[in-house]
Order: sequence, then C-alpha cells, then structure tokens
Amino acid sequence: MRRAADALLLNILIVFVVVPIVLVPVIVGATVSVAQEAPTDEAAKADAAIKSAFPSAPADWQSRLVPDDTMRACSAHRDSPPKAVAEAIAQRAKAGISYPADGKLIGDWQRGETIAQSGYGLRFTDYPPRAPNGGNCYACHRLSPQELSYGTLGPSLLEYGKARKFGEAETKAAYEKIYDSQATFPCSNMPRFGANRVLTIEQIKDLVALLMSPDSPVNK
Amino acid sequence: MRLGHALLLAAACALIIVSSAARAQNDETERAIEKYRQMLKEDPWSNPGLLDADRGEALWTTPRGPKNVSLEACDLGKGAGQVDGAFAELPRYFADAGRVMDVETRILWCMEKLQGFDRADLVRRPHPAMGQSVKELGAIATYAASKSNGMKYSAKLDHPKEKEAVTLGETLFYRRSGPFDFACATCHEATGLRIRLQGLPRLSSREEARKVVGEWPAYRVSTSHVMTMQHRLYDCYWQMRMPELELGSEVSVALISYLTSQAAGGEIASPGLKR
Repeated sequence: MRRAADALLLNILIVFVVVPIVLVPVIVGATVSVAQEAPTDEAAKADAAIKSAFPSAPADWQSRLVPDDTMRACSAHRDSPPKAVAEAIAQRAKAGISYPADGKLIGDWQRGETIAQSGYGLRFTDYPPRAPNGGNCYACHRLSPQELSYGTLGPSLLEYGKARKFGEAETKAAYEKIYDSQATFPCSNMPRFGANRVLTIEQIKDLVALLMSPDSPVNK
Repeated sequence: MRLGHALLLAAACALIIVSSAARAQNDETERAIEKYRQMLKEDPWSNPGLLDADRGEALWTTPRGPKNVSLEACDLGKGAGQVDGAFAELPRYFADAGRVMDVETRILWCMEKLQGFDRADLVRRPHPAMGQSVKELGAIATYAASKSNGMKYSAKLDHPKEKEAVTLGETLFYRRSGPFDFACATCHEATGLRIRLQGLPRLSSREEARKVVGEWPAYRVSTSHVMTMQHRLYDCYWQMRMPELELGSEVSVALISYLTSQAAGGEIASPGLKR
C-alpha cells in the first residue's frame, strides 16, 4: 500500500516536477546549410581506410562498411544537408516504407517496453542470435516515467500520444519515424529500424503502441 | 471547491516532499561519487591502473620474444629507449615504418621488428575481456603514457602524412555506416547529452576534448581493467554494429590523430579512472 502510494507520488513527481528536456531539433531541409560538400577524394580515402581496418569482417558484413546514398550525403554534409539534398533523402525514405498488411499500426505496448529497453542485437558479440533485436530507445529517449535511466541524445517522448491526442495521423507518423527516421527528419541521428531491418514490422507496431496507446505508461 | 483546494494543497505538499527527497538522494549519490574521486586524487596510488603501468615497465626492460631483446632499443619518437615525454608527442610520422603511428601501433611495430613477435598473433585478440588484465602491449602503452603524466599534449602533427591522418580522422568522425547508421559524431557531437545515464563528451570541441582525451589509457571500474585508446575505439565500433577494428589500422591511427589534435594543450593524466 505504502509502496503503491510512493510509486504514485514518484510518477507525479516525474511528470510534473522534472523539467522536460528541451530538445535540439533535427535540422531539416528548410534550414540553409553551411556545411561544405567534402571533396570526394576525402570520402574515397575514408572508404579505402575503412575497407582495410576490419580484416576479420565476414563476407556478409561487408555491406556495413559502405554507406548507402543517404548516409553518404549525411556524412558529407555532417548531418546538415542543404534543402535539395534533404528533400531527396526524405522522398527516397518515404518511398521505401512498408506498412502492416492489415493496416493496424498499434501492437502491444508491453512488448514495446521490452523492445525499448533492449540494446541487444547486431553487435559482433551477438552472434549467433540469442534474443530478438532491441530498439534501445531508452539509450536516447525518455519514455515511461518509471524508467529513470534514460538518455538525452533524442527528445523526451514522455506523454507522446497524449500530447498528440492519440490521433490517427500522428500514429501513422510515429510508425514512419520508427520505420525510417530519414523520411521525416533527413540526416536524423536515429537508426532506420524498419528500412535497415533492425526491427520487424510487428516490433515497430509494439513500439508505436508504447508511444500511442492511452494505457501505455508513456501516457500515464 | 474546498475539497478541490485541499487536494491541490496535499498534492503540492507531496510534490515538494517527494521532489526534495529525490533531489536529496541524487545529491547524495553525486556527493558520494565526488568523494570517491577526491579520495583517488588525494591518493593517486589507489588507481589500479598503476599496477599495469608497473607491469608495462617491467615488460619494456625485460628481454623477450623470439629475438630475446628488451624494448629499450624501441624509438617512440624521441630516440631509442627514451620513454619520458614521448607519449605527449604522439602520434607522429616514423620514417623507418613509413607511416604515422600512435603509441600502441608503435609498440606493436617494435614488438614485431625488434623482438620478433608475430604481428598476426598480437592483433588477433589484442584487448582484454571483462575482468581480465590489459594485455602486454596495452600494459606497455600504459607505462609509456604514465611517463608523460602531467605534461601537455604537444604532438606537432605538421608532417604531410600527419596532416593527412588528422584530416582522415575528422572525415571518419562524421562517416556514418552500418545497420544503425552511426558515426562517432552521433554520440560525440553535442554538449551535455547522455546515453542512458552516461555523459558524452563533445569531441569536436577542443575544450571538451582537452578534458578527456588525456585520461586514456584509463582504468575502467565497470570492466575492472585498463582500457587503452585503441581498445576504446574498438569498443565504440562494436557499439556502432561495425566489425572488429584492427589494432594499428589506418582508421584507428587517424581517429587518434584527430582526437589528439583536438586535445592539443590538454593535460595528460593517465591512467585515468572511468566508470
């Protein structure tokens, strides 16, 4: 009883007393970029150096060493792409998003919480896989108020769904941000969980539930 | 109305009590950590990394390897066997090797060329697992770094090959690839942010780089061993979902060259002490 009351008070404390972190907005295409295009020979030198720096990399890891067009552009512009480049990135990303066959975007928030907590997967010590990949959301974001060990590289997502009135369009937008952050924020630091096959569509739905379900702790 | 008021008042009181309790607990934790740091400062000999520096010194002077010679003929840049202050001027270009080297890459080269060790053996498992002591090469690097303790980073980095390494390191710092799209900059390009509860230095800022780069090699409490700078980078790439970074690779040397140029003028305080 006492513990429950304490927990409730702690929730109140965290929701109302702890000042939400002011997020650094990701610079989108509308911002005029001052970053200069790196000379292509610099990028080529880096490619060659990277190619020889990981001699033990197995054949099916070689693709990890090579940035795709989007990452190549973001690297060259140090994540502040000029408008035209940003638009091309967003357009390409949008075109690549896959949606659940049944159209339902909200899964199970409890499974979502587990995925958000887990940083497991795709590191060279994670093979053969012993668990599903995690999204490691808490590494950078604040989500459920009970979890105090959260990072601040990304914006706080506390009350994410509530603040968006649990709207349908916002739910779709959340799905798209997780599936491919580049579709919304070109050169975002956030991994492209769906596009890069880090998480499955089912897992992304569970994360959408964590953000957008009224009964998720994120919105309590 | 009165009930509403009372509830509001009660909630406000509860908030104040809980928030000050939480704050007090936070303060207490911070104070305890600060006290721990202070105690270590007052008694520098309490850093376990110093045992590895001593071990490294013994390894430096003992005849070893297929050729059974010590490393006293090894030139870290200031002449054969000259260890004092050599680390503070690394990385640098070595004409005998025809490339830029940081302290670990240079020691690797000396172990191979002078002592006759097989390079492939030395780079196969170069870093300790959790709970293991730093490997021999790392212990020697810890010794070398400790012999520049209290000095300021003063690598010249003006040779064309050195400049090239710094430029490559900077390009690599912003280069994103792998399934998570991470670059060094993903975590180290902003001030005052954290991963979970771990604070992250902004290494593109000279001011912040000066404060932290000179602490490596450092004793890491969470893994109970000394972690060298090459190991630090290897671990970053692991977290970035990249393959195993080779010790002494051009990439590792270039990143260390960039970080060292960022930290120019910063004090060397190695072995440092990390979480």
